[in-house]
Amino acid sequence: MSSSKPIATTRSVMNLPTGRLALWWVIASEIVIFGGLLGSYIMFRLSHDAWAEQAAITSTLAGATNTFILLTSSLSAVLAHQAAERGDGPRAAKMLRLTVLGGLGFLIVKSIEWTGEIQHGYTITSNLFWSFYYTAAGLHGLHVIAGMICMLIVARAAARNQELQRVEIVGLYWHFVDVVWIFLFPLLYIAK
Amino acid sequence: MAEHAHAHAHGAGHGDAFYVRIWAILLVLLFVSVIGPEFGIRVVTLITAFGVAIVKAYMVGRHFMHLGIERKWVVWILAMMMAFVVLMFAGIAPDVQLHNGQNWIKLYEEPAPGSGAHGH
Repeated sequence: MSSSKPIATTRSVMNLPTGRLALWWVIASEIVIFGGLLGSYIMFRLSHDAWAEQAAITSTLAGATNTFILLTSSLSAVLAHQAAERGDGPRAAKMLRLTVLGGLGFLIVKSIEWTGEIQHGYTITSNLFWSFYYTAAGLHGLHVIAGMICMLIVARAAARNQELQRVEIVGLYWHFVDVVWIFLFPLLYIAK
Repeated sequence: MAEHAHAHAHGAGHGDAFYVRIWAILLVLLFVSVIGPEFGIRVVTLITAFGVAIVKAYMVGRHFMHLGIERKWVVWILAMMMAFVVLMFAGIAPDVQLHNGQNWIKLYEEPAPGSGAHGH
């Protein structure tokens, strides 16, 4: 084994590959970040019934479309993992790129949605509801962008049948981003 | 232990069709969560929106993230983080949601929604 390889690819801690262990810790810390944000939103939402009027302005169609896109991209991410386990790097790369395409679709829908809302005067400084709305959805959007960049890097190596263990790790991150959206959707778009 | 690692490496032995089936179920649940609030009944909305969200998150975690066959201590670490969030909620919620308590009164009032929104 080459000594130039990163430790994460060559070592296992408590029978868990170090790379996957590190990703679980990332997700653990992300749970606290998003949990704190969403928990705060729920507190304010429960004590301000009038927020329902603001939530009624958000587009359920845009939210549902983005949920469909992320669920579908999660499917392609797990299929990439399956392909990687079979040693089929090119198919894993193809599935990862499809996942990135899903992320791009998500961002396009989000951009159209936000443009309309901002044009109607609902900005991050309008009131506390919109502050939460843009902060939560914006932070999530940044995670989508980060995931897309990581996936493109992993897909490039996977296409050459290299570092296939990373396909599962980047997929786990993407599924977590999906799970966060699964909770953001009813909070910001459904509860009106 | 070796069997566990083997099962994880092969996605619990499921084929692609299994994951497509899970995805289809998730889409049905998405449809339910969108249709539920149309009835205008608060309890139905809560169940179809938030109850279904929990089921969807569970399915993604168990089947796509393979938490069902992951090491138990990983699941416990994630559960512990969620417990911290609940603890934070329980600690802060009274200050946010109540207007007075023992020896304190909240002077700040949240402005009426829409009062700061401009251009509409």
